[in-house]
Amino acid sequence: MDQKRKDSASRSRRRFLTDSTAIIGGAVAAAAAPAGALADDKAPSNGNLPPNVPEWMKAPGADVGSQPYGTPSPFEKNVIRNIPKNQPQYTSSASRTPIQDLDGIITPNGLFYERHHGGIPEIDPAQHRLMIHGLVDKPLVLTVEDVRRFPSQSRIHFLECSGNPSYTAMKGKTASDLVGLVSCGEWTGVPLKILLQEAGIKPGAKWVIAEGADAAAMTRSIPIEKCLDDAMIVYSQNGERLRPAQGYPLRVFLPGFEGNMNIKWVRRLHITDEPVYSREETSKYTDLLPSGKARQFTFYMEAKSIITRPSGTQKIEKGFNEITGIAWSGHGKIAKVDVSVDGGKSWKAATLQEPVLTRALTRFRLPWTWDGSPVVIMSRATDETGYVQPSFEELTKPRGLNSFYHNNAIMRWQIAANGEVTNGNA
Amino acid sequence: MATLKVAFAAAMLSLGMSATASAQTHYGIGRPATAAEIAGWNIDINREGTNLPPGSGNVAHGREVFEAQCSSCHGNKGEGGIGDKLVGGQGTLASAKPIKTVGSYWPYATTLFDYIRRAMPLNAPQSLSNDDVYALSAYLLSLNGIVPDTATLDAKSLAAIKMPNRDGFVADPRPDVKDKRCMKDCKP
Ligand code: HEC
Repeated sequence: MDQKRKDSASRSRRRFLTDSTAIIGGAVAAAAAPAGALADDKAPSNGNLPPNVPEWMKAPGADVGSQPYGTPSPFEKNVIRNIPKNQPQYTSSASRTPIQDLDGIITPNGLFYERHHGGIPEIDPAQHRLMIHGLVDKPLVLTVEDVRRFPSQSRIHFLECSGNPSYTAMKGKTASDLVGLVSCGEWTGVPLKILLQEAGIKPGAKWVIAEGADAAAMTRSIPIEKCLDDAMIVYSQNGERLRPAQGYPLRVFLPGFEGNMNIKWVRRLHITDEPVYSREETSKYTDLLPSGKARQFTFYMEAKSIITRPSGTQKIEKGFNEITGIAWSGHGKIAKVDVSVDGGKSWKAATLQEPVLTRALTRFRLPWTWDGSPVVIMSRATDETGYVQPSFEELTKPRGLNSFYHNNAIMRWQIAANGEVTNGNA
Repeated sequence: MATLKVAFAAAMLSLGMSATASAQTHYGIGRPATAAEIAGWNIDINREGTNLPPGSGNVAHGREVFEAQCSSCHGNKGEGGIGDKLVGGQGTLASAKPIKTVGSYWPYATTLFDYIRRAMPLNAPQSLSNDDVYALSAYLLSLNGIVPDTATLDAKSLAAIKMPNRDGFVADPRPDVKDKRCMKDCKP
């Protein structure tokens, strides 16, 4: 038996042991239940609980390097992307981050939300080029290695789909169902400004049309001000190269702008005096108003927050509960997050976990003692511009219900007397 | 250490380089893009249609291509299915149930050419000839009553079309909602 096969044989034996133990121990049920149930001290013990010595202390564990690229514990197998069921096709579709199962502000790379319009291309970086042309002195072709030679930068920012959720789809069961089209990571790349300077922008340049190398040849026009400000061409997320689903090997990153504009698999930057009026900035990603007119070039994602614990499908116990969640704003830092545990009549300022970063998820927390009576809880973000996350009622006054994009209304959770948490958006 | 830094800065200056990297605007990385490379990749069609390619297509041919390559997802008459509804909805945008289609919502006909060429059919994008894309554009516009069913479209005639919802878009006025940060006795 060669070394590789021996390793995998011993790995699967180990997995078999773990699995069978789990079944006897009833831990499979625990793994399938929401996080809160894991702490249940009444679960059958299988002799691993005090005063006994647990069996995983009585034999060595898996070998060092048994996983060349590590994966989560098998007991966390339910912490996965929230993928819609029974779609007619999955070429142009979306999956969501399970925000209710995550802590802190960084989204693991494998759990980033996805919204693709032409599937996920598998791009050989050696065969990929970034072309810069149009109103420039020197049209350029760059290899991925070329892009990596420029001065680099790493920044932590959220990325959010603008339809998160639509105004008529606030019935989701979990926090992910509601606003799981948001993720946050550390992005490394080159400031777009540096690449544009390298090509030399001509007078009259007002827009940069970015195009992806996917089957949708996704195209969006970006105002030049953003390109010369904090826009980046990114090649890494959370320390490793971009995942294919996030634009490997190169993507546009526009802090605070709606996800669709952050063109993945970017292959072309066309510098122009006018937007291109692509399908994704006319037919889609425009916000229809009750008057029949539609807002166009609605780039920024406004301040938003959601309580992720306790949240829909979870169950809480009487007594102490920490309320925690995430807040973010495309306009800068989160200044305050307030939490209400009485249906919005009164509010308390939550503690913001450092670091509080510009255009990044911010974790908030509020200690709370639940007396067991039914309540509605919710959070409200205020950003550094003073903008306050609005109620759904206020938000839809000017926008109506058919605006589809940029719904940043306050989300409510209903807690029943038995501790079960459900969607509280009336 | 300090001496080293000074020496390094002096070396940079003597090489004619700026002492701070951020001030540098040219790195000499990459190579020039040729006109042929740009022409091959640049498929952007703006609202004036300046980059529209040569070629033409009529409604009758567009119907044939549509039935062969599009109707399985968009319905026989563009009524929608797996893919979007492509026809109808004019006059519904201000109603409670707006229907957004090429005919009712799209501001520019040139975008239709751009999008079909780059992204459709969903399963084989960038496989259609320019003539077929003109023909499909003509067919979809005729189904929406925007061109007659005898129309033939080319770069010039496509760019000249005025779409019903051309003036239907406004700039972003946000923040459009200014809620207060109420802490006590708030309206729930
Ligand atoms: C396999 C299914 C499929 C086929 C075949 C197909 N389409 Fe599509 N089409 C779609 C889907 C799905 C979308 C929506 C894509 C998205 O939003 O990312 C779409 C979107 C469109 C749109 C944009 C509609 C809007 O209002 O924004 C047009 C126009 C279009 N298709 C035309 C065509 C034409 C013309 C053909 C034939 C050459 C074609 N499609 C073939 C599935 C298909």
